Amino acid sequence: MFDGYTTSEVMSIFAMQGFAGLSLFSVFVLMALGLAIIFGQMGVINMAHGEFMILGAYTTYLTSGFFQSYLPSLFGGYFFIAMILAFLVCAALGALVEWLMIRRLYHRPLDTLLATWGLSLIMQQAYRSIFGAREVGVELPEWMLGAFNVTDLVQLPINGLFVMIIALLIAGGLYLLMYRSGYGTKVRAVVQNRPMAEAVGINSAGIDRATFALGCGIAGVAGAAFTMIGSTGPSSGQAYIVDTFLIVVFGGAQSLIGTIVSAFGISQAQSTMEFFMGGSMAKVLTLLVVVGILMLRPEGLMALKVRR
Amino acid sequence: MNNSALSKWFVSREGVYYLLLALLLVVILPLVLDPFRLNMVGKYLTYAFVALGLVMCWGKAGILSLGQGVFFGLGGYCMAMFLKLEASSPENTAIQSTPGIPDFMDWNQLTELPWFWEPFHSFSFTLLAVIGVPVLLAFIIGFAMFTRRVGGVYFAIITQAIAAILTILIIGQQGFTGGINGITDLQTLNGWDIRTDEARTTLYFICVGMLFLCLFVARLVQNRKLGRILMAMNAQENRVRFSGYDVAAFKIFVFCLAAAFAGVGGAMFTLLVGFMSPSFIGIVASIEMVIFCALGGRLSILGAVYGALIVNAAKSGFSESFPELWPFAMGALFIGVVLAFPDGLAGLYRSYVMPLEDRLFRRDKDKGAPVAGTAASKPAAANENDDEPVIDNYSPEKS
Repeated sequence: MFDGYTTSEVMSIFAMQGFAGLSLFSVFVLMALGLAIIFGQMGVINMAHGEFMILGAYTTYLTSGFFQSYLPSLFGGYFFIAMILAFLVCAALGALVEWLMIRRLYHRPLDTLLATWGLSLIMQQAYRSIFGAREVGVELPEWMLGAFNVTDLVQLPINGLFVMIIALLIAGGLYLLMYRSGYGTKVRAVVQNRPMAEAVGINSAGIDRATFALGCGIAGVAGAAFTMIGSTGPSSGQAYIVDTFLIVVFGGAQSLIGTIVSAFGISQAQSTMEFFMGGSMAKVLTLLVVVGILMLRPEGLMALKVRR
Repeated sequence: MNNSALSKWFVSREGVYYLLLALLLVVILPLVLDPFRLNMVGKYLTYAFVALGLVMCWGKAGILSLGQGVFFGLGGYCMAMFLKLEASSPENTAIQSTPGIPDFMDWNQLTELPWFWEPFHSFSFTLLAVIGVPVLLAFIIGFAMFTRRVGGVYFAIITQAIAAILTILIIGQQGFTGGINGITDLQTLNGWDIRTDEARTTLYFICVGMLFLCLFVARLVQNRKLGRILMAMNAQENRVRFSGYDVAAFKIFVFCLAAAFAGVGGAMFTLLVGFMSPSFIGIVASIEMVIFCALGGRLSILGAVYGALIVNAAKSGFSESFPELWPFAMGALFIGVVLAFPDGLAGLYRSYVMPLEDRLFRRDKDKGAPVAGTAASKPAAANENDDEPVIDNYSPEKS
C-alpha cells in the first residue's frame, strides 16, 4: 500500500491526512458532545441532531449574508456573532421540542428515536422549501483563507485550524460546566441516580430541559463550524448522524472523555485510510471495526460504573 | 387443528378478520385494479413481510431493529443475482468483452465471475439463500449482542450502522454489486418471462400466498407458549430470566424469524419490481419499515399488512401529486403514531370499532365464544381474539 512513495512523502501524507482527519474530528466532536450529554443523561437518542446542526449552519449562512449587505466593515468578525446566534436558535428550538415532545416519552426511549426521526424529516423538508435543495456556502472572511506552510510538503489550512480550536474550546467549556458548576453537579447526580437526585430536591425535569437545549445548542455551534469547512444542504446533517451515534456509543455513553477519544480515533482512522483505499472502503472498514468492537465490548471504551 | 376446529376457527372473530383480508387481496383488488396498479400493491405487500417481522421482533419482544432493510435487501439481492445470471447467458451478452458475466461487471473491467456469484446459478441454492443469508447474518448479530445483554437503544443504533455499512459497501463495490444502480434488467425466472402482465399478476398471487404463509407462522408463534414468553420478556425481562428461561436464545430466535420474513419479502420484491438497488436497504428505507409496523399497530399481525399497504399507497399518492408535502406527512406520521396512538390502527380499531361490532353481532359473539372455549383447552380459550391481544400488564412505562 505504500508502493511508490518515499518515506518523507508517506510521512507528509500521514500529516496532511491526519490534519484533514482533525477537521472531521472537530465536527464529530461538536456533534457527538451534544448527543452524548443528551443520551447520557436521559437515554434519549435524538435522531434530529444532524438537522439541528444544519439549522446552525443555515443561521450562520443568513448572518453572513446580513453582514455582507449591511455591515461590510465588520465582516471579519461575523462568525463569532453567527456562532452565538446559532447556539441560541438551536437551544431555543431544542427546549421547545423537549417541552412539546420529548418529555412525554422519557419512559419509552425507542419511541423517542422514532419521534425525533419524524422531526428530522420535517426539518429537512422545511430547509428544502425555505433554502432550496441546492447546497449553500458562506463566504469566509479574508483572515481565514490561506494556509500555514509547515514544511514544503505539509500545508495546514487556517479555516481547519480555526474550527479545531473552536471544538477544543467548546469541549473545555463543557468540561468546566459539567465538573465545576452547580448545574453540572446536578446533571451528574441525575445521571447516576435519578430517583435519589429527585429525593434531595433536584428539579430533574428542569435539568432535562436545560440539558436537551444545551445539547441542541452545541449542535448549532457545530453547524456554524461546519460552514467553515464545507457547504450546507438540506440533508447534510443526515450524512453524519450514524457516525456520530457510533462515536457516542463507542466512547461509552456517559463519558465525555470517551466521546472525545472515540471521535478522534474514528475520524483519524477514516481519513488516513481514505487516502489509500478510497472513501467508501475506508468508511466501511472503520464502521465495521467499531461495530465489531461494540459487539465484543458493548459498554464502550470508557464506561461509567454505576450500580443499576 | 382437526377439521371441525378449523371450521369453527373460520367463524370466530379472528377467522373473519383473516378471511376479510384474503377477500380484499385475492378477490377485490385483482378485480378492480389494472395489472400495473396490482403490481404496485404487490410491491407494497412485500413490505408487509418486513412489517410482520417487526411486529414479532419489536412489538412482541421489544427489540427495535433499524436495520430490517438489510435483511430485505439481502433476500432481494440473492434473488436478483440468480435472475441476473440467467439474463446474462453467453448468447445474450455476446457483445461484451467477456460474454457470460453480468453487464455491469463487464463495464467495470471484470473478466470473470466473482466466487460468491457462482452458487447463484442454481435455483434451489438461491431459494435457500433468500432465507438462509438473512437468517445467518441475523444470527451472528443477535448472538453477539443478545448474549452480552445488549438491547434497547444500543441495539437499534448498531443495526442502523449495519444498514449504513451494507449500503456503502454495495455502492462502493460497483463491479461486484452493480453499485448505486443496483442489479437491473432482470428478465426471466427459469425461462419464464417475468415482465409480462400475466406473469406479474401470477407473481402477485404467489406473493399473497407467501404472505399468508408467513402470517400463519407468526400467528403460530404468537399463540404458543413461545409468544407468551416473548411478550413477558418485553415487559419484565429479568423476571423471565430469573424464571429460568434463556432470554438471549428467545431474542435470537425472534430476530432471525423477522430476518427470514424480511428476506422472503425482499425476494418477492425483486420478482415483482424487476430490479434491486441499495436505495431499498439504507438507513432511510429501514426506518420507514418501522413506521409500517407502527401504523398498523405494533402488536397486531394483521395490522402490519394494513400498515404497509396504507403507508406505501399514501406515499405513492403524495409523490405523484404533492412530492414536497410527503416528508411533512411522513414526519407527522412518525410523531403522531408515537405520541398520540402508540397501538396504531389496531389499537384504534379495538377501542372504537370493536365495541360497535359487539353491539351489532351480539348473538354471533355469544355463540362463538363458548365454541372456541370448548373446542380447545383452557389456555386457548384465553387466546380468543388473539390477533390483537389486549395485554393488560403491558405497560410501555417499564424501566
